[in-house]
Amino acid sequence: MSQIHTLTMPKWGLSMTEGRVDAWLVEEGAQINKGDEVLDVETDKISSSVEAPFSGVLRRQIAKPDETLPVGALLAVVVEGEASDADIDQVVQRFQAEFIPGGDGEQDSGPTPQKIDLDGRTLRYFELGQGGTPLVLVHGFGGDLNNWLFNHPSLAAKRRVIALDLPGHGESGKTLQRGDLDELSQTVLALLDHLDIERVHLAGHSMGGAVALNLARLAPSRVHSLSLLASAGLGRDINADYLLGFVEAGNRNALKPQLVQLFSDPGLVTRQMLEDMLKFKRLEGVDSALRQLAQMICENGQQRHDLRAVVEQHPSLLLWGAEDAIIPATHVDGLPAQVKVLPGQGHMLQMEAAEEVNQCLLAFLQSVEQSGR
Amino acid sequence: MARKITYQQAINEALAQEMRRDTSVFIIGEDVAGGAGAPGAEDAWGGVLGVTKGLYPQFPGRVLDAPLSEIGYVGAAVGAATQGLRPVCELMFVDFAGCCLDQILNQAAKFRYMFGGKAVTPLVMRTMVGAGLRAAAQHSQMLTSLWTHIPGLKVVCPSSPYDAKGLLIQAIRDNDPVIFCEHKLLYSMQGEVPEELYTVPFGEANYLRDGDDITLVTYGRMVHLAMDAAASLARQGIDCEVLDLRTTSPLDEDSILESVEKTGRLVVIDEANPRCSMATDISALVAQKAFAALKGPIEMVTAPHTPVPFSDALEDLYIPTAAKIEAAVHKVMAGRNAA
Repeated sequence: MSQIHTLTMPKWGLSMTEGRVDAWLVEEGAQINKGDEVLDVETDKISSSVEAPFSGVLRRQIAKPDETLPVGALLAVVVEGEASDADIDQVVQRFQAEFIPGGDGEQDSGPTPQKIDLDGRTLRYFELGQGGTPLVLVHGFGGDLNNWLFNHPSLAAKRRVIALDLPGHGESGKTLQRGDLDELSQTVLALLDHLDIERVHLAGHSMGGAVALNLARLAPSRVHSLSLLASAGLGRDINADYLLGFVEAGNRNALKPQLVQLFSDPGLVTRQMLEDMLKFKRLEGVDSALRQLAQMICENGQQRHDLRAVVEQHPSLLLWGAEDAIIPATHVDGLPAQVKVLPGQGHMLQMEAAEEVNQCLLAFLQSVEQSGR
Repeated sequence: MARKITYQQAINEALAQEMRRDTSVFIIGEDVAGGAGAPGAEDAWGGVLGVTKGLYPQFPGRVLDAPLSEIGYVGAAVGAATQGLRPVCELMFVDFAGCCLDQILNQAAKFRYMFGGKAVTPLVMRTMVGAGLRAAAQHSQMLTSLWTHIPGLKVVCPSSPYDAKGLLIQAIRDNDPVIFCEHKLLYSMQGEVPEELYTVPFGEANYLRDGDDITLVTYGRMVHLAMDAAASLARQGIDCEVLDLRTTSPLDEDSILESVEKTGRLVVIDEANPRCSMATDISALVAQKAFAALKGPIEMVTAPHTPVPFSDALEDLYIPTAAKIEAAVHKVMAGRNAA
């Protein structure tokens, strides 16, 4: 039986309303497999590839390079099995006739982050999906829940997945009490309590990895597994100049050389990304929070926290970019965990190698749950 | 999704949050509370267009209605600033500048310099600028360059709700006199604005669009017309870089020069009259410091050298439009091809 699929403009992150087609990566008539990158799309925040959520033959490229289209607009037609051109024409015609940009106020009715008050401090979190043991995503230093924009929807296909803004970050409260790792881990625990969640899979990136490890140390019974991406807390080495440079940078020109170190493709650091980061850094309280946290992470150019012993207490996955310029991938050495080092990737591997990271995470979570630990 | 509020609400919020944070901040101006003689908070009008609405009951004794005498209350604000307070005075329309120019030009702008840095004057003067409200020649001018000409003043011209809040908070905290120019036609504009306090630094232009073919430098309401023109030009294969100056003093010379050195072409868009304006100032800067990079003549899109007309039809002709910006860009691009 044949099936005609429509590939549409994805929605990456909360604020995306449209995307510009950069280039097609697959020719018309070519076979594609689920997960293949089909075309490059650029938004005002970021550029990335659109992956095929299904397999088949790419029969029709609808979107033209350089064309800007709203979220949900038709990009391509992919056919599994046989279909005549007339059948495809019909599908395209019907789609275009029915498509409303901004889809019935999609932005308003779609899932949005929640803000709650936890011990007098605002905490923002964003929940997608349902079922299974929940997965909690913890971003790194200077990041926010949008760091997971390419991962969150895929990971939430069959599972409840919660991303949060740590204190001092995103739209959570900016004032830290002690500014230590325990405060951050306890905030994540407080969120779990608030949501009545007993046990979770934890995924942490960079400083968020140390937050996850430390949470597992403080409350081992609450943690089903640990997925650690370019994680802090697993060795002494860290690019302390980056931390300092990031904290000190007050304008575009100072910030750019810092952010470039995070990515393997420096072209991803657009003016818009710099502007968004500066908007965050200018918020009252952010500067002192970042200074406190930078000191918490690192002392005399070396990481303060050694949480390597926690890894063996839980099923753990370590993901790293081989070219990470912030925390070296060599920190995986000798750890009793499932390890994957992605060649050519930098510190922000969950954004730059989203598909591979998502596959690894999903496979890992499935294996953990099947093994019944 | 961050919260969206209007330009007017962003200004109101900045005032309220700074007044709450710092008790030395107060507001003085014509009708900023309720108008002289208003019996209570209920009928407090909050400024001629309601920008300060709601502040009078929240901050008793700190939102002061002044008699219709700019020379008096602006002078009082300048004096208060030298004595440790942080006044935000309101000059209802920038067109009334003449009635208080000595207080600003000869007093506020000179104190730090003439007293060898021993005196500071943390004064903010908020004022409405710009044409388009059918308000005729005495209530529609764009006198930004008048203030920019005076050393010792800082001049701010926000183009969005985000910038309005961040630049106003920066202005209130700044120790120098700041002229804060609010465009009447932007008051209802919506945009994402953080609820928290934040500042936008002075002298840092905002790149609103990256492009390699031509640089459009502008500020205030013209930013939006430049963006419209750039969107249309992009469809014709011309990539414009759009710079919003945010502040005309200090001026972000580096960003202007950096952009023109990349694109080799410049159009300056300024709603003000063309003589001795930001348009001529920036054109001169680029001609002087980036001449070698230029691939074509510099173009200016400005109002004509006339008063703002009262006739609707003539006022529409007076104000620069996206179409005029587009035409200027085509002219500069053709200059390259002809050469």
